[in-house]
Amino acid sequence: MAAKVSVKSKNGKVRRAIVVGGGLAGLMTVIKLCEAGIPVDLISLVPVKRSHSVCAQGGINASVNLKGEGDSPQIHMEETCLGGDFLANQPPVKSMADAAPGIVFMLDRMGVPFNRTPEGNLDFRRFGGTLFHRTAFSGATTGQQLLYALDEQVRRYETVDVTDDKGVTIPGEKMVRKFEFWDVCDLVIDDDGIVRGVVAQDLKTSEIRSFVGDAVCLATGGVGMVYGRSTNSVINTGSAAAVAYRRGAYYANGEFIQVHPTAIPGADKLRLISESVRGEGGRVWVPRDQNDKRKGKDIPEKERYYFLEERYPAYKNLVPRDIASREIFKTVVHEGYHTRPGVRAAFLDVTHLAKTPAAKHALRNKLEGVLEIYEKFAGEDPYENPMEIFPAVHYSMGGLWVGFEKNDRGGMKMGSPANAQTNLPGLFATGEADYEYHGANRLGANSLLSCIWGGMITGPAMASWRESVKGSAFDMDEGVFEKSAKRAREEFETYFKRTGSEFNENPFKIHDELAEEMLVKVTVERKNNELDGVIAKIGELNERFDKCAVLDTTPTGKMNQPAVFLRHLRGMLDLAEVIVRGARARDENRGAHYKPIFDPERQEAKDYTGEGAGKGRDDENWQKTTKAQYVGPKSAPKLSYEAVDVSLVKPRARVYKQASMDAAKGSLGASKEEPKGDVKAEAKPATT
Amino acid sequence: MAQETVTLKIKRGAGTGESTWEEFSVPLSPNANVISCLMEIRKNPVTKGGQSTTPVSWDSCCLEEVCGACTMVINGRARQACSTMINGPHGIAKSGETITIEPMTKFPRVRDLVVDRSKMFDALKRVKAWIQIDGSHELGAGPRVSPKDQEIMYPLSRCMTCGCCVESCPNYNDHSPFIGPFAISLVRMYNMHPSGKMHAGERLDSIMSEGGIADCGKAQNCVKVCPKAIPLTESIAVMGRETLKRALFGWLLK
Ligand SMILES: Cc1cc2nc3c(=O)[nH]c(=O)nc-3n(C[C@H](O)[C@H](O)[C@H](O)COP(=O)(O)OP(=O)(O)OC[C@H]3O[C@@H](n4cnc5c(N)ncnc54)[C@H](O)[C@@H]3O)c2cc1C
Ligand code: SF4
Ligand code: SF4
Ligand code: FES
Repeated sequence: MAAKVSVKSKNGKVRRAIVVGGGLAGLMTVIKLCEAGIPVDLISLVPVKRSHSVCAQGGINASVNLKGEGDSPQIHMEETCLGGDFLANQPPVKSMADAAPGIVFMLDRMGVPFNRTPEGNLDFRRFGGTLFHRTAFSGATTGQQLLYALDEQVRRYETVDVTDDKGVTIPGEKMVRKFEFWDVCDLVIDDDGIVRGVVAQDLKTSEIRSFVGDAVCLATGGVGMVYGRSTNSVINTGSAAAVAYRRGAYYANGEFIQVHPTAIPGADKLRLISESVRGEGGRVWVPRDQNDKRKGKDIPEKERYYFLEERYPAYKNLVPRDIASREIFKTVVHEGYHTRPGVRAAFLDVTHLAKTPAAKHALRNKLEGVLEIYEKFAGEDPYENPMEIFPAVHYSMGGLWVGFEKNDRGGMKMGSPANAQTNLPGLFATGEADYEYHGANRLGANSLLSCIWGGMITGPAMASWRESVKGSAFDMDEGVFEKSAKRAREEFETYFKRTGSEFNENPFKIHDELAEEMLVKVTVERKNNELDGVIAKIGELNERFDKCAVLDTTPTGKMNQPAVFLRHLRGMLDLAEVIVRGARARDENRGAHYKPIFDPERQEAKDYTGEGAGKGRDDENWQKTTKAQYVGPKSAPKLSYEAVDVSLVKPRARVYKQASMDAAKGSLGASKEEPKGDVKAEAKPATT
Repeated sequence: MAQETVTLKIKRGAGTGESTWEEFSVPLSPNANVISCLMEIRKNPVTKGGQSTTPVSWDSCCLEEVCGACTMVINGRARQACSTMINGPHGIAKSGETITIEPMTKFPRVRDLVVDRSKMFDALKRVKAWIQIDGSHELGAGPRVSPKDQEIMYPLSRCMTCGCCVESCPNYNDHSPFIGPFAISLVRMYNMHPSGKMHAGERLDSIMSEGGIADCGKAQNCVKVCPKAIPLTESIAVMGRETLKRALFGWLLK
């Protein structure tokens, strides 16, 4: 599908689109734009090949059904909606699940070395929240392999010339121009409110300039650094999303932060131990005797408490992440179990899978990358000793609000400019930076899928937008662009005036304080009085931010990391406020968002005298998307709410305790018969 | 008990400007690594001698040795700072000892420990390190691949362009056009793939010209330092045979 409009603007410039971020979502968007004949400027904080997507270990979901289990995209869609506790709009989920098998085939054609069956077919493993083998994988570094495959395709476009409408090469213009080590720090918005470009800073030289684009996409990933230590890469400060939010884009469902059940506690990072370890048969347990000082491997079977298996006989160790995290948290923090006295951790055990050399070889083949991380960073051999793990902040279900257009089959209409577009016209968002597919909780291996699918719809949406937009940004007065760049330059320069004795705060320490507060009070369990405390603390940190010193006034202008960090810190303070305010307001339990007063099994609920004690999920009042809008510096965001489109799968209680696979399949299949259209949500409490 | 510390001795400077060494004393915490120490320094940028200074600039991203960003020369060896543990069984220093940290030498320095590795990415362009697909639209299942071939290709695909191999290679430097062992190894991978094979000749040609495989002196340094244990010298040997075949019989095969 070639673009119908000319590749050149009226005054003869090449009309480019801008994609910010070169993770899976950004790269896929670039590929789709190039296939539509649209040249792209790709801007990224780090060389795109080092983007955070490389961290993904476990795999990517697609109901290809190569194991003869009767899996289908329909079931995938239903399980994703259920896993997300019915907070995701269902048409986008349907389209994603339908496209998934084709996506995995495409990746395979691009040369991803997926694991294979003896017959040479793709192999699939099990992940949380499903009973099917639905996850394709490439060793234990699937994200790395997928990112490299897309990176290579984009690199190919770096060598392809742009041609004009008659097919003649335009000298010096390539389909993709990469700007790596550039930090996007503002948007260019014209008088009609249309986004026409971005402002970015070259980190190597500190130069700030604007970029012109006929459509702009933010594919800038998650926000884990708001919590300091998480499973995320250190660049995941959410800075670009914060920029868009400051300029008026809605930030949706910020309060839904996924805490992954199994990570290695660490000083600088909480390194993930992938769910695939449990998918391959890893078991979670604690010693029954809380005073047991023996090493895990020396504790006999009957003295081990496999609490997930006992509490969830059907899904066992593969219950969805929010549930597993909460159970581990409860067992260790509230019930006092641990791996050994004084250590806050549970065991994740694969030693039973490595009893013979052959079994060990097979396990290594599937999980080497993951187990290697444990061995390297914890200094113990996971084939010999059970691993010590604890939950860690992992993924943001929330993100920039984006729209979609429905088709007559109940999915998304491909090529509609409404898809993936934020409320700022001309600004698109995709990947972990958006809020679209995962509702209140993401199922394992669904993110790589949503990132690539996101790119597949965002590219065509941007192409349509570019066709219909009034006037090209490339024909606009350059003054608009220069004005935005100048404002960003001036702000950056004010940092260098922060040198007197009154600037006595260290921004890295302010970040530590923010992170500590968020980690303790805004993760697995949330209490309203504590959230009020966090809000007050953020207010205090905002004041102290104004007293932060720049730390580095070297006039060389080369790579001034502390000054750039000030900008990112300001964004993190804004996003933290969005997360906490959203959590404070949402009085119910749904997916990753959990308040003990609404859990009928908790003492807190019994003691609670306010309204709705122990009510669980509250569909009547809360089956809606949170939208946070920036009001001004140091002010609370304005929260508004939007109904969720549940036209395909009728909301029901989220139970993972069923006894058999047939029961699970049956109950899911049943919803197929539900009438399409506006099904009224039932207000059923969640029981788990 | 006195706080246990280690000393980080860091080579600093920007661009082609002069270099200076600064020492920092950092408290030892459990499971500390070189990055966590650099993070400590920026929270309190004061040298061991009590001088206030600027925080050290460094490059990092994943902190789990999979992105390749944080390569630096630590105690004389190029490796990832994030997975270089200070203490514990793989630790490099005991309390009171000094760790020396320098930027890699084979790339232009940006600032302190940050270097510009663009030329590694340029090498990937030169060798056409990609599969030529018809498009990203649906075209059905990909080609079948035997588990045996997958077991060869997967390790090759884990190269994270970190630069350790070229830092250690005597034939890779500013004045030589040598593309480096990592790029040759990736040619091997793409040339094995069932559809990548269809363009094997082009990739072979790209490593048979100046700066290609002939520039490797078989010193075998690279394979010893690759953090992902990529069989670089094996790849070079395989590609050596392939390029030789093409040089001798290429006109027949075409
Ligand atoms: C340890 C770990 C394991 C995971 N495993 C799995 C798994 O097995 N399966 C699964 O489905 N999901 C997994 N996930 C989740 C998944 O990896 C991520 O959600 C996904 O990779 C995000 O991709 P993305 O393209 O949205 O963003 P990213 O890959 O994070 O890329 C963001 C890009 O934006 C750029 N950027 C950011 N800010 C700016 C700025 N201000 N200016 C310019 N550029 C900017 C960055 O440079 C980068 O290129 C895992 C996550 C983690 C942390
Ligand atoms: S074998 Fe030696 S010369 Fe050849 S690439 Fe490796 S280190 Fe360089
Ligand atoms: S081959 Fe090994 S050492 Fe060389 S860049 Fe790749 S991962 Fe690094
Ligand atoms: S930070 Fe990614 S390899 Fe060290």
